[in-house]
Amino acid sequence: MNTSSTKRMVLFCRKSPYGNALAREALEIALATAVFEQDLAIIFSGDGVWQLQPQQNSAEIHVKSQQKLLAAFAMYDLNEIYVEQEALELRNINHQELSIAATLIDRQKAAELCNSADIILNF
Amino acid sequence: MILHTINKSPFDNHSFTECLQHCQPNCSVLLIEDGVYAAQQKTTFSDIISQRVDINFYALKADILARGLEATTLSSVTIIDDAGFVELAVNHHTVQSWF
Repeated sequence: MNTSSTKRMVLFCRKSPYGNALAREALEIALATAVFEQDLAIIFSGDGVWQLQPQQNSAEIHVKSQQKLLAAFAMYDLNEIYVEQEALELRNINHQELSIAATLIDRQKAAELCNSADIILNF
Repeated sequence: MILHTINKSPFDNHSFTECLQHCQPNCSVLLIEDGVYAAQQKTTFSDIISQRVDINFYALKADILARGLEATTLSSVTIIDDAGFVELAVNHHTVQSWF
């Protein structure tokens, strides 16, 4: 475990966007964490991989697009972004077509990343 | 090791399934609130619990009692009280809550 003031955090995103506020709140936590320069890895798993679907247009449901929030990640130096292969395959989502660059990992690797964290935020 | 907590019924929600897919050997899983339904014996989910001998399963007593499940909870699941919950939390390096 990390004993310095910087904690290793994992944000584990497994909820689809728009159905409720959980997915958006997780992304907002990511941005806030980046502002405080914490060591953060973001993992998209389960239905969370739907957040990476390109060409989201939420105008007609009258809420802000989450894709735009994701696009801000690079600007905040949030570069450690992972997506789980099994979750993509189950939903027939092509890794090459995701809206942001995310490193492809398997479920075992995702579990190992969680295990090495000081703090896990599951959403 | 991680202490995983699950608070949703596995019959209604994927939290239990996804948690177990991400559990590593020797970790602990604590069933709380509607999560305790996973330990109802002779179901798909209690069969999974029985098979995963590499994981330590616990369930919160107050939630078991509230739902009338004391007599039908799988015997391999350790029933703990609130103090036991605290003890588990301090004996694991972090907690991952599935909801």
